Amino acid sequence: MIRMSESDGSMQDREAVQNAARESDALAVERTLAGDRDAFRVLVEKHSQQLFRLAYRMTGNEHDAEEVVQEAFLRAYKNLGQFGSRANFGTWAYRIAANYAIDRMRQKRSEDARRSTPSSLAEESEQDPLDLMPDERPTPDRLATNRELRKKMEEALKSLSYSERTAFVMRHWEGCAIEEIAAVLKSTTSAAKNTVFRSVQKLRRALEPYVGARGTLQAKAAGAAPEPRGTEL
Amino acid sequence: MKHLTEEQLIAYREGEPTQREAIAEHLTGCTACRTELDRIEAVLNALDNFPVPERGPEYGRQVWQKIAPQLPEKAGRGWGAWFEPRRWVAIGAMAAIVLAAFVAGRWTKKPDGGAPAASAVQVRQRVLVLAVGEHLGKSEMVLMELANAAPPSSGPKEINISAEQKRAEDLLDANRLYRETAKQDGDAALASVLDDLERVLLDVAHSPDELTPAKLESLQKRIEAHGILFKVRVVGKELQEKQNTTNSAPAATGSDLRERNKA
Repeated sequence: MIRMSESDGSMQDREAVQNAARESDALAVERTLAGDRDAFRVLVEKHSQQLFRLAYRMTGNEHDAEEVVQEAFLRAYKNLGQFGSRANFGTWAYRIAANYAIDRMRQKRSEDARRSTPSSLAEESEQDPLDLMPDERPTPDRLATNRELRKKMEEALKSLSYSERTAFVMRHWEGCAIEEIAAVLKSTTSAAKNTVFRSVQKLRRALEPYVGARGTLQAKAAGAAPEPRGTEL
Repeated sequence: MKHLTEEQLIAYREGEPTQREAIAEHLTGCTACRTELDRIEAVLNALDNFPVPERGPEYGRQVWQKIAPQLPEKAGRGWGAWFEPRRWVAIGAMAAIVLAAFVAGRWTKKPDGGAPAASAVQVRQRVLVLAVGEHLGKSEMVLMELANAAPPSSGPKEINISAEQKRAEDLLDANRLYRETAKQDGDAALASVLDDLERVLLDVAHSPDELTPAKLESLQKRIEAHGILFKVRVVGKELQEKQNTTNSAPAATGSDLRERNKA
């Protein structure tokens, strides 16, 4: 099926940059396949940041995200012959990382269930990502609200199924096309669209009471009951 | 006034093209729906601020240092490559030819051990007719979709042809196999059309995933310049006729066999 998407004014520049990047990636892939391991190093150094962002958003913690990045590159190297130079290496590696992140989340959830200890306990010790945000007014109130909202976001994201979380991360944070999401989820495009819709709907139900207009933080007490809001129009 | 559903609003926020103009028009005149959309956007905007821990510029090098000792000496072409879907298309086509040639050989051989009713070349040609007919049908569908693709009338648009590219890639291996077989069988006309088709399929497979209207038009012109759709249709029709003719031949042989068995 042919998909149409809107483009902006700088489309031609972006296209030129993408083409140049794709060509340099294709060359690095070709050299790696010819036995030049250093060529693969170029690909790793170039795409690591992007893969980490995706992996962190999907798994929700740094340790797992780093493992996903490393495993994705190992798998890419071992299967490079399947990739050839037909597509964009970044997109291909990205897909491998997304698939492995789904496996990792599934595995982790079952490990957590076996141990019968909430996985959040382990993650509590990690650095709070919201504390890394530049904060103009780091008042205790604001920090508390930030932390509370972050906690709610984490809970809301954890309540999504693997496919919903993957679909949401790929669509909203990574700007992927529905076709790419469908490929990772191994589903049809219409099923992928529905998954994106369901994820947005669930996140909205969970977070709306804590979010003010235009996405600003709403200073609401943690235990306060959400304002009743009719979803019926 | 009938208000928009949450599904419609989320789909609109997602950039879904269906009923886009109608929804936009409704939103300009309906405060309730506009407020509802703002609420959805507020949640998504808040989630946009969910931060990812920074990784410094050295991160790529660190990842390389961790994985380098684990990498095999050579990047994998290995067994994995044999499991690529496009290879399976070619392997399947090859297996079909071998199997069909075997079955046709057994079927057309006289029971008294005399000369085979059909020569090996005829059997191969019959199999080729069947397999290539199907292959051309699939190729025609891909090329037709590309030839008929058109961007919407308003605004600059990009067209995603990744699905067509994937199908073109899958068809390439089978196409090479049929072309070689046609050459070996001395069917120069068929080999020539398959040769042209291969160039067009390669062109499609190597184009960018997203095409601007100008690039799509250029690709469509290249397809048109080869006249490949016309050739594919003509050869496909010829193959269909050949198939119809050859289908009646084995039936006669079968009936001869039955008569001989009766006797």
